[in-house]
Amino acid sequence: MSGVDRDKMRLSGRGVACVRGGREVFAGLDFAAVAGEAVAVTGRNGSGKTSLLRLIAGLLVPAGGTIALEGGDDELTLPEQCHYLGHRDALKPALSVAENLSFWADFLGGERFDFAGSLATVGLAHATHLPAGFLSAGQRRRLSLARLLTVRRPIWLLDEPTNALDVTGQDMFGGLMRDHLSRGGLIVAATHAPLGIETRELRIGGVT
Amino acid sequence: MTALAALIRRDVRIALRVGGGALIGVLFFLTVVVLMPFAVGPDLALLSRLGPAILWLGALLASLLTLDRLFMADHEDGSLDLITMSRTPLELACAAKALAHWLAAGLPLIVATPVLGLLLNLDMVATGAVALTLLAGTPALTFTGMIGAALAVTLHRGGLLMAVLVLPLSIPVLIFGVAASQAVIVGPMTFGAPFSILCALSLVSLVIGPFAAAASLRHGLD
Repeated sequence: MSGVDRDKMRLSGRGVACVRGGREVFAGLDFAAVAGEAVAVTGRNGSGKTSLLRLIAGLLVPAGGTIALEGGDDELTLPEQCHYLGHRDALKPALSVAENLSFWADFLGGERFDFAGSLATVGLAHATHLPAGFLSAGQRRRLSLARLLTVRRPIWLLDEPTNALDVTGQDMFGGLMRDHLSRGGLIVAATHAPLGIETRELRIGGVT
Repeated sequence: MTALAALIRRDVRIALRVGGGALIGVLFFLTVVVLMPFAVGPDLALLSRLGPAILWLGALLASLLTLDRLFMADHEDGSLDLITMSRTPLELACAAKALAHWLAAGLPLIVATPVLGLLLNLDMVATGAVALTLLAGTPALTFTGMIGAALAVTLHRGGLLMAVLVLPLSIPVLIFGVAASQAVIVGPMTFGAPFSILCALSLVSLVIGPFAAAASLRHGLD
């Protein structure tokens, strides 16, 4: 992506409010994150961690306030520069591991297309031709992570990313996140468990 | 373009795999048309008069049968979130999905028509006419049905609603599709007039469908 000055990239929200199903989840939330930084969004269940990620990803419309990205690619909108890794893994059970990954690589279109490399990194090189329906929960999560590697995007929005990952998987994922941050990326993760990297905590919801 | 080609390729591939939607539609079409001669009885003249209507009804119901899953599956596994966030305009992505559905579920119906025409005592010309009208008309069914499929995702539990929403939109297609086929078999109308209207319906839905579906999906972000 030419013209991106990632050192100055800054994601910020001012007075963000979220209403779901007629109920106010949170309001007046201010946050900011700069390139190379990981923000861990914490809070009790139902405090709106996932909602905040979906607001940033443009999948929900904020009831108030603004979310803006400074210093990103001016040609692209904020959601187009984000990777969203949600609870649902966007994998088709009927397609093989390789077919799933190559579809997202083609569809999302990236700078880099190191297909075998990213599968090897997440530890799925042996299962390339296996239908995704036969994968375990942890393996499905690993395949979703391969998507983040195959298509480069500066902002990662991660919702409970370490769920279902085993200890070695969590180590591997910690390494991936550190790589991403050192390249000037930005991570916003909703989590209960420690991510294994240095993070800044953003607590939402009342302190209870 | 690669993005849209990838989306079409993926959807067609899923539909053709075991458990995909393509075979279900064709089997349903086959069942309806095969059972009809038994229900109507051994009156060959009556059967060939009803033939185009039976084929059209079968094709319409078969294409509606699988259409409500068009966005639902992607919504359930989170793919729709990523499609919405991508650099591909949502309208084009919707059009690509509808095209893929038509290739996987609509085209096989047209291929099966000549075989099923035999069961309904239709001659070569009549079967050709029905197949041609289906070729011109089924895109309209898919693209208007897509609007209902998008609303079904937005409104949750909308499977039943979809049939109610889509059926009125598909009635003109049915009327002119059968009229054009009948014109060839019994006359007295010309084939051209209803067939042109059928093509026009398809073209209009080709334009309106993707925009309406994308608007519905955007509005229902949740």
